[in-house]
Amino acid sequence: MARIIVVTSGKGGVGKTTTSSAVAMGLAKKGHKTAVIDFDVGLRNLDLIMGCERRVVYDFVNVINGEATLNQALIKDKRCNNLYILPASQTRDKDALTQEGVGKVLDELSKGFKYIICDSPAGIERGANLAMYFADDAFVVTNPEVSSVRDSDRMLGILSSKSRRAEEGKEPIKEYLLLSRYSPERVKLGEMLSVDDVQDILSLHLLGVIPESKSVLNASNSGTPVILDEKSDAGQAYADIVARYLGEDKPHRFIEDKKGLFGKLFRSR
Amino acid sequence: MSINSQLHLASKSTLEFKSSSFNVPALILSSNKITDIKKELQEKISQAPDFFKYSPLVIDLNQLSEQQINIDIRTLIQMLRDLKFFPIGIQGGSDKQHKIALDAGVSILSIRLLQELKQEPEVIEDSVETDKNPDVDESLTPVIITEVVHIENKIISQPVRSGQRLYSKGDLIILAQVSAGAEVLAEGNIHVYASLRGRALAGVQGDTNSRIFCSDLQAELISIAGNYRIKEDLEADMGKKSVQIFLQEQSLIIKEL
Repeated sequence: MARIIVVTSGKGGVGKTTTSSAVAMGLAKKGHKTAVIDFDVGLRNLDLIMGCERRVVYDFVNVINGEATLNQALIKDKRCNNLYILPASQTRDKDALTQEGVGKVLDELSKGFKYIICDSPAGIERGANLAMYFADDAFVVTNPEVSSVRDSDRMLGILSSKSRRAEEGKEPIKEYLLLSRYSPERVKLGEMLSVDDVQDILSLHLLGVIPESKSVLNASNSGTPVILDEKSDAGQAYADIVARYLGEDKPHRFIEDKKGLFGKLFRSR
Repeated sequence: MSINSQLHLASKSTLEFKSSSFNVPALILSSNKITDIKKELQEKISQAPDFFKYSPLVIDLNQLSEQQINIDIRTLIQMLRDLKFFPIGIQGGSDKQHKIALDAGVSILSIRLLQELKQEPEVIEDSVETDKNPDVDESLTPVIITEVVHIENKIISQPVRSGQRLYSKGDLIILAQVSAGAEVLAEGNIHVYASLRGRALAGVQGDTNSRIFCSDLQAELISIAGNYRIKEDLEADMGKKSVQIFLQEQSLIIKEL
């Protein structure tokens, strides 16, 4: 059985799709067969960031409606054999998704895959609800600012009450915090919430901090998941996140100011 | 000891006593006009006939006793039985009222009072013998039930997230934080053993004695029995300290614990 991970946030523009593509690639590169599904029907983005937009023939909605088989719609990544992408439809809207249809697709994927990443759309409407409904784990992507944190909190409430696990009274969804677009300099200046502030509000297990980085934009524009840019800080942050998710013990990075690197080397931590 | 237990085994008991608790509605009276009470009850019955039919009932005289109002217990019990209620117990009345109730086959739901009555057993027995109502079922003779009205308290160990709403018919005990944008309501008290950042409303059915307790007050709004204060008026009392909030002469008092 596959482990279903939803990447969600409530708020838009915080880095859900960036995270989905990076985490999916990271898991696949570690040797796990991984599928990543775009739930943002009507605002298809994942295929762009994964760099496979020119290879989309069939999409998620086609599979749900029985117009194509899952194998026809899944796009195999050119960089990694273990990674498959199921794109969203750009011409339909989120009402095209049904709980039964999504459940069927996830069931079928579960047979052949180790991890299924569901890239949730923003908001708390149908698309977002269905993306998280079947999840086993949730990656809650949050920016260090109050409205994003508030929306994440709302999303956590929905995760704990409206998911399949909640409805069937099973063990609740495991929730992880991913703090993205973090800038230690701005935290120092008091312009941004700190890691501690966010954790105090959300009281959630921190899986990793992704620093604000030019490499993210570059990666998106070139259709390469940022995790493949191993030299970039954001790429390394995602590599750490994948490793921690798989149970490795990695100390948190990118929380402190970069300029203090020399001091960091001598700090006993 | 061992002989006793062997004897016990040999005799194969035909019954055993078990302490059980049941939900029984209590009829809290605030007037002694039986015709008025009857009228009001009939209205309630017409709203939910099946719910009240043959329903056991505890007569609560605490309010009347506080105001030293007397009520004719015998007529009251008869009226309740006519309406197809089963009054099974009485509490909060005077000794005299309790004796009348006992005579009518309604038990007293207070250990202390029953013990007081036991000290003069002849009186009870006399009255039971002489005034025994033939209509009363034998099974309704006094049984001590200590826990009659079971209040439904709620204990929550997960964080209450923004957008969630919790309601408790009794006390609401929350072991995790209450986020901003969440709302917790209780007919009784509210305890939050973490940060309270959302809205907390205690005594929502009007219980002015209910209180709110929390270990870190950051609330958007606090209210007891409809008397509320919003975050703007709370700033001075906020901080990482345990507080209790209660109502005193219509104003909310926030006191450090």
